[in-house]
Amino acid sequence: MRNVDILIIGGGPAGLAAAISAYEAGSRNILILEREENLGGILKQCIHNGFGLHTFKEELTGPEYAQRYIDKVLEYGIPAQCDTMVIDITPDKVVTAVSRGAGLEHFKAKSIILAMGCRERPRGSLGTPGWRCSGIFTAGTAQKFTNLKGMMPGKRVVILGSGDIGLIMARRMTFMGAKVLACVELMPFSAGLKRNIVQCLDDYDIPLLLSHTVVDIAGRERLEGVTVAEVDPKTLKPIEGTEQYYECDTLLLSVGLIPENELTTMAGVKISPATNGAEVNENLETSVEGIFSCGNVLHVHDLVDYVSEESAKAGVNAHKYVQGQLPKEENTLEVVSGFGVSGAVPQHISQELDEPITIMFRPRGVFKDAQVCIDVGDVQVAAKKSRILTPGEMVTLKFSPEYLRKNTNADKITVRVEAQQS
Amino acid sequence: MIDVIIIGGGVVGCGVARELSRYNLNIALLEKTDDISNGQSKANTAIIHGGYDAKPGTLKAKFNVLGNKMYDRICAELDVPHKRNTSLVVSFGSDGHEALEKLKQQGIENGVPGLSIIGQDELRRREPNIGSTAYEALLVETGGIVCPYEMTQAYAENAAMNGVNFYREAEVTAIEKTQDGWKVISKAGTFTAKAVVNCAGLYSDVINNMVSEDKISIVPRRGEYYIVDKKYANEFHASIFQLPTKMGKGILVSPTVDGTVLLGPTAEDIDDKMDTRTTTEGLAKVLKYASLTWEHIPMRSFITTYSGLRAHCNRDDFVLGEVPDAPMFFNAVGVESPGLTSAPAIAEYLAGMIADKLSAKKNENFDPIRKGIPKFREMNDEQRARAISINPDYAKIVCRCETVTEAEIREAIRRPVGARSVDGIKRRTRAGMGRCQAGFCTPRTVEILCEELHISPLEVTKFGGNSKYIESYLFEKGDNENA
Repeated sequence: MRNVDILIIGGGPAGLAAAISAYEAGSRNILILEREENLGGILKQCIHNGFGLHTFKEELTGPEYAQRYIDKVLEYGIPAQCDTMVIDITPDKVVTAVSRGAGLEHFKAKSIILAMGCRERPRGSLGTPGWRCSGIFTAGTAQKFTNLKGMMPGKRVVILGSGDIGLIMARRMTFMGAKVLACVELMPFSAGLKRNIVQCLDDYDIPLLLSHTVVDIAGRERLEGVTVAEVDPKTLKPIEGTEQYYECDTLLLSVGLIPENELTTMAGVKISPATNGAEVNENLETSVEGIFSCGNVLHVHDLVDYVSEESAKAGVNAHKYVQGQLPKEENTLEVVSGFGVSGAVPQHISQELDEPITIMFRPRGVFKDAQVCIDVGDVQVAAKKSRILTPGEMVTLKFSPEYLRKNTNADKITVRVEAQQS
Repeated sequence: MIDVIIIGGGVVGCGVARELSRYNLNIALLEKTDDISNGQSKANTAIIHGGYDAKPGTLKAKFNVLGNKMYDRICAELDVPHKRNTSLVVSFGSDGHEALEKLKQQGIENGVPGLSIIGQDELRRREPNIGSTAYEALLVETGGIVCPYEMTQAYAENAAMNGVNFYREAEVTAIEKTQDGWKVISKAGTFTAKAVVNCAGLYSDVINNMVSEDKISIVPRRGEYYIVDKKYANEFHASIFQLPTKMGKGILVSPTVDGTVLLGPTAEDIDDKMDTRTTTEGLAKVLKYASLTWEHIPMRSFITTYSGLRAHCNRDDFVLGEVPDAPMFFNAVGVESPGLTSAPAIAEYLAGMIADKLSAKKNENFDPIRKGIPKFREMNDEQRARAISINPDYAKIVCRCETVTEAEIREAIRRPVGARSVDGIKRRTRAGMGRCQAGFCTPRTVEILCEELHISPLEVTKFGGNSKYIESYLFEKGDNENA
């Protein structure tokens, strides 16, 4: 059994940022466990630019962004064990991992930072009828084939869902000589960033079909085509007579990301049904003392910059926890997602909060000229105007300790949107 | 000359192959597709039926009950996951008692042990999550669940170990009578044999009709299914059937041996024997009926949907044995549900009959034991450490959702009658069968197939034919290798 102060599970952007901040706060017994051969996580395959605008004030590619953090980890000499898969975590923080080099190992950690990222929703979860042929990939799998393996999955492409990876892959497949026929989105709005819709679809004349979905998949062996139909925006049911057939050999799915929390559950951590991630307090500490969660395993972010920022906080707090400097949270208020708000994080805020924190959430729809409000109990304590809110873009709100003083009898904190839904 | 040719690599064909390998015979099995267990045997309800359902006096009734009794021994010999989780036929409403009683009597007549009717309290004690209108049920103690493709693979591996030759992509196009047996013309070559066994499932009518004037017709009957995430493994314990009503035969809700929950099947007669599509209507029907049993089906926890075709014969029963106008040609035709349950008994019956006719001697070297690929996910820490120390590939988890290691995937390819495609690996190891449905593991699985089979990624398929993954390399080959 190896003893570690801070054990970080995952060497992607979240794990790297957490490791660096824990080190900078003073911790020296840190270990990163990464299941793949190299650090960097999903950024390794994100060869497009647009990363780091917020953090570094410059535009980097995914691998470049990751490298800045990897270089820091190397500079600090933080040990990172790659090709190592964690297979179990107990609530008393014993971690079991396997690797070719070391076999099966047990670690006893004082603190654990969960940074395993997320995975893509597959076709099966949609129940899309039709043939079960080849040529249907989640966008991230296709991205791995093209960007890391140098292989082209197909030449005529339809994209179902308008998540960011799907949008990025629309452009990437076009660059590499494929014809992308359409991006089909069930909802009346896209789940991706506005800038990706402009730069990846509009710039290449790829139509974005909102309120549409794939209703049939043709092809006994390899995909031959898909039938797309318009849906009723209220019921989301296909409208008969609107079917259109697209001949294609590839269907990419970008229909949502799910935090990968199998290990989290093993550790006995409480999961939020709204985010599919751990429930955390303002220190990013989960329901199990000393276990922290950050990045896309906590909730799916829109920008990696915010992942890094959030994870850095988890790293500092894990350090404080190990030093016995993190106050035990006894009196916390629940953060409730009100109208127009989905999955606000953190879910709990201490009444003894002494410095400002960030609350993040995704809007539940598109809202124009909106106002995002925070209520402590039934007293509104803050409001932030926003020209437009969309589910594709995360909203961050500052929450100051003084808000709590405006209503000391409150039993909860509510985050809500005030606007007309458009 | 070959002694026996078996046509069809489903559970019946592979079972017959294994039972025949108990004798000193030269045996070949011809399978049309790129893999065994690729038709009915891969997409069914995975149930070991009690045997109350079939009409008394039919072969279905007889072989169901016989097969059910054999399962514990066969699964022990072949290391196949199965479980006697019991079956329940539930009446939703107070008017089903008579029908349940009738089913029970029918079962007793068929020789099914352990049948009883249980009331509301006992039903809810056993299944606390069952729908609110569930009233009473027939309890079938001998009912169980099994992994149908592992069953088929286990039979095939054991047959191959004991000397049976397997030919895949060997569709039979013609059969001719010769002086001392049969000439079988297939896409893998022409064979002559003393005896032929027709285990061709959905195509068993076509094969029969090549040699016999007694024509048979098989109608594909499609059933559609949902698979629900392992999170709900403990929602139900028994395989829960619905008492057939005027409204339909009802939809089953059953745990699987892998810990998922299966909902289905529908029953729809179609024309095309390849048409394993799922449909909007079919899937909706599954949910509509299943929600009687499971009122709050977790709609966001589906892992996948699939459909399977039953080889429904116009004679409404199994057709087993030597064909009267085609000596030394044996049929296993129309083997639909309860075909999986009956398979061990059918295999033993046909093999015995054929061996007898050929006056075959016992194969003294026959080894009935087949061991499954050791599964990392089922090992304890000590076993895992040992497995890794012997084969470090056991430390490389390729499929995260089902915790399948590279060692298991490589072994699935290297075994007798091994995997040749991504779906072949999936059925042998569960890699790609979990909640991400092969999103993470596909690129690596493709690479491992290339390494083991010495093929290019451009040749790797999902399930043979043109079901390819990769259209082209992005760069010239040399550049690609440097990339």
